[in-house]
Amino acid sequence: MQTGEIFDIKKYAIHDGPGIRTTVFFKGCPLSCCWCHNPESIARTTQRFYRQERCIDCNECVQACGEGAIQTSAHGLRWNSSACIFCKTCAGICPAEAVEFIGKRMTVDEVVAEITKDTLFYDESGGGITISGGEPLMQPTFLLELLEACGKLDLHRTVDTSGLADTRILLETATCTDLFLYDLKHMDPEKHAEFTGVSNKKILANLKILSRQGSEIIVRFPIIPGFNSDRENIDQTGAYVASLPGVGRINILPYHSAATAKYNNLGLKFNTSDVAKPSRDQLESIADRLETYNLDVKIGG
Amino acid sequence: MTPRVAKLRRDSFEAQPCISVERAVLATRFYRENYGKFSIPVLRALNFKNLCQKKTIYIGPDELIVGERGPHPKAVSTFPELTCHSVEDLKILNSRAMTRYRVSAEDIQIYQNEVIPYWQGRTMRDRIFSQVPQEWQAAYAAGTFTEFMEQRAPGHTALDGIIYERGMLDFKVQIRESLAALDFLNDPAAADKAEELRAMDISCEAAIIFAERHAALAEKMAAAEKNPRRKSELEKIAAVCSRVPARAPQNFWEAIQMYWFIHLGTISELNGWDAMSPGHLDQHLFPFYQKDLANSRLDRESAKELIECFWIKVNNQTAPPKVGVTALESGTYNDFTNINIGGLTRDGADGVNEVSYIMLEVIDEMHLLQPQANVQISHKTPNRFLKEACRVIRKGYGYPSVFNTDEVILEQVRTGKTIEDARQGGCSGCIETGSFGKEAYILTGYLNVPKILELALNNGTDPLTGRRIGPQTGNPADFVSFDALYEAFDRQLQNIVDLKIRVNNYIERMYATYAPAPFLSVVIRDCIAKGLDYYNAGPRYNTNYIQCCGIGTITDSLAAIKKHVFEENRIGMEQLLTALQDNFAEQEAMRLRLFNKTPFYGNDDDYADSIMQRVYESLFNAIDGKPNTKGSAYHLNMLSTTCHIYFGKKLGASANGRRAGLPISDGTSPSHGADRKGPTAVIKSLGKMDQIKSGGTLLNQRFLPSVLEGEDGIENVVHLIRSYFKLNGHHIQFNIVDTQTLRDAQAAPDEYRDLLVRVAGYSDYFVDLDKHHQEEIIARTEHNSF
Repeated sequence: MQTGEIFDIKKYAIHDGPGIRTTVFFKGCPLSCCWCHNPESIARTTQRFYRQERCIDCNECVQACGEGAIQTSAHGLRWNSSACIFCKTCAGICPAEAVEFIGKRMTVDEVVAEITKDTLFYDESGGGITISGGEPLMQPTFLLELLEACGKLDLHRTVDTSGLADTRILLETATCTDLFLYDLKHMDPEKHAEFTGVSNKKILANLKILSRQGSEIIVRFPIIPGFNSDRENIDQTGAYVASLPGVGRINILPYHSAATAKYNNLGLKFNTSDVAKPSRDQLESIADRLETYNLDVKIGG
Repeated sequence: MTPRVAKLRRDSFEAQPCISVERAVLATRFYRENYGKFSIPVLRALNFKNLCQKKTIYIGPDELIVGERGPHPKAVSTFPELTCHSVEDLKILNSRAMTRYRVSAEDIQIYQNEVIPYWQGRTMRDRIFSQVPQEWQAAYAAGTFTEFMEQRAPGHTALDGIIYERGMLDFKVQIRESLAALDFLNDPAAADKAEELRAMDISCEAAIIFAERHAALAEKMAAAEKNPRRKSELEKIAAVCSRVPARAPQNFWEAIQMYWFIHLGTISELNGWDAMSPGHLDQHLFPFYQKDLANSRLDRESAKELIECFWIKVNNQTAPPKVGVTALESGTYNDFTNINIGGLTRDGADGVNEVSYIMLEVIDEMHLLQPQANVQISHKTPNRFLKEACRVIRKGYGYPSVFNTDEVILEQVRTGKTIEDARQGGCSGCIETGSFGKEAYILTGYLNVPKILELALNNGTDPLTGRRIGPQTGNPADFVSFDALYEAFDRQLQNIVDLKIRVNNYIERMYATYAPAPFLSVVIRDCIAKGLDYYNAGPRYNTNYIQCCGIGTITDSLAAIKKHVFEENRIGMEQLLTALQDNFAEQEAMRLRLFNKTPFYGNDDDYADSIMQRVYESLFNAIDGKPNTKGSAYHLNMLSTTCHIYFGKKLGASANGRRAGLPISDGTSPSHGADRKGPTAVIKSLGKMDQIKSGGTLLNQRFLPSVLEGEDGIENVVHLIRSYFKLNGHHIQFNIVDTQTLRDAQAAPDEYRDLLVRVAGYSDYFVDLDKHHQEEIIARTEHNSF
């Protein structure tokens, strides 16, 4: 059976597709958007997550570590990166949940067992499962097996993708996906590369091909003030989406800086913490503008 | 909202509750004069009649629905024949910072000189407490259970539709027939029944006199009134009060006034728990609404205005304060009238009608402390209605709460009620199930279930005081298995439950004998036919409930012991007991391990949830079917109201990592901070409890306002409720408020005077709650969405 690298499973997800859903977060992403609110999703491999504010200095982990990889310091604990073998013993013993490993290898059956706990809610609400990340298409074999398993259980399947993937894999995924949430971050390839680390050419091409296959698609457009909220980009985005056959819906997602703490805990720097959250008026005027392209626009979700 | 309603509402909101000694003085003088001259039921009825003849009558400016228990709005009557306030009590009530009741120095003097001297040693409370065994007193003092009837009379009463079909004169005919049918030759109880029936007859007269006095006052006021519009309103009031409650109401206005007179009568006769409730008021009023609309006597707006005038009258009736109060205790002004909206009709059809929708608008416009309302949702209830209710819930008043009608019916059918009677039932008080107008369903007290585990962990001794409370069930260090511990818990549980029931059955006879309620008995089915009082098996059904608290805390504590002590052997039993005794001093790592590394109830995890099921089954076996003194039985329900805070104070540190003195879990909700997988997991865990075997459960959920934003937010909460109800969930209620708002309200209470929050089975003003209750609400898991 296939296994995949999962970093979280969230229930009562009500903004990731229709109804009440469970969202499975795949680890690993080819983009590194500077505003990403799930920074732990970017690296493909397991990461250690240390919350010093929770640590009670009991040193149980230091004693339990078979590799002697943990040292105490004035600023809490330090892991010797070359010595740590990611055995997770420290996280298992820590009473305070101060150390955690992001990323867990799970089989398809294990994921299915977790998500089917909420089948009642999916049935009642027309919800289902959403695969998000990270980028789900970075783990294609596992993704396909999981989607097929969900299909056998008659669950509605949504895939939330950045669109940066091998076209063949994307099209194969489309055969067992009911809805795509497809992110469009910027229409200009250079700007896109500057803020996400990659060009948008493949992403736009894939979206066009996917839309021609008749897949149900909702475009998701995160609004990052100062990056992609200018009139020109809004117009280009509106015109592009409107040109796609069968894609009529676009959701605009307001940027928020709630992830600042996560960056700190991962030892990363949050580059956009000084970016202001878009105002309600700003969002509404963007929505109004997009509607002029005959698009069904929703703020949030 | 009409200007009239806006003004009445504001006056009611702003009126400061105060104590009125009028009732106490009238009752004292009446008893002094008459005690010993009549049978007790007749004495009680004459006492009620004396009140109806002499109490101050009030008709306020612009009122349409009239009548107050006290001499004016928010003037609270006392009931010295049940419990008599001391001078000290009255002084504290008058001076405490929160939920204050004004009491004048003159009234305190009257209490001291006249009321207290007569009632000392004669109150129900004095008589009961002088008789209960030592063993009970010890368990009570240790906080293993509470006793409802030490402060108020048994209650939790709601009415069915009989009062809209029959007036007091019709009841008098029925009473006469019942008297005539008594068989003095063969029925040894015939003489007692005759006394009870005579008492009921006197009570009917009393209620008519009370209404006629209002009619006379209204006429007098009309004669003096210059404003022609108000003059005609007063004339109308006089006409309404001349008709009801003597005869059955003929129109919408009379129907509401009819209920209101009955309500006032029952809460003046005695101080029963949870005042009185009208039951399915929307269903009762709808035929009058339809008829009046058809003949153009009424339009939708004036119907709404009358309902709002009624709402304000309920809000005027502040709960009588407790006796034996301490300055720290705050209590609540809420007297727990709870109105059922929606549900099913007697024949099983959807009960939602236009008046149901009007009432949702009324709840939203009034958002007063009282009355509180709940929506009854069956699988037949249209989504439109549930969505409208959720839009009101979203406003964050903490109500309406949401009940599963199909489950409420099954609970009643399980205990032997007919399907029709069950459908006409519903929920009153907080979440208690009963067949309205046909049942005395008496709450007898709360059970501190985690405390019982604490006794098992201490060989029957209360570790807080060192006193022996329960049997010696073994030294826990000698328990070889989790099952051995569980068996000790089970034995402690049975001992406590039996002790409680023994005393309850005694109290039950005391009330049946010395504090009958003949007026209430008139309007509850079968009392007249049987010639028996409401407290003496008169009603068709006679249920007693014991309310079990802290299922979350005990489940999590047992799960922690099972895992860490018996399975992983990481913590020794003696080591654990020492840590609990020391309130985890120097043992923070152990406390956090217990708290963080144990599967807890509320996460859809069978490890914990199967323990919950086992405890629930033990509670059921210990309580369900134990006989009461009325030919019926005890059942359990799973309600804590605010008692989980008191019980927490009486409990040392617990094995789930909870520190000593902190609240235990409320209702059937998970422990604070235990549910970490969101609301669907909470609902799944609760769905594993066989709730049909209870008389009600209570689930609190706190959501951030953003979760309910927009139509999608409403849709998703509707789906959540429907899903829970598919799992046979009994009840769910929501607080839609973020932590910041609550903190702001703590910092600036004056700016948040009208912030209502869900406390237990009811809402209260957040700033009226004491610090413990405020913190408890803030500690409830705040669900976000992802």
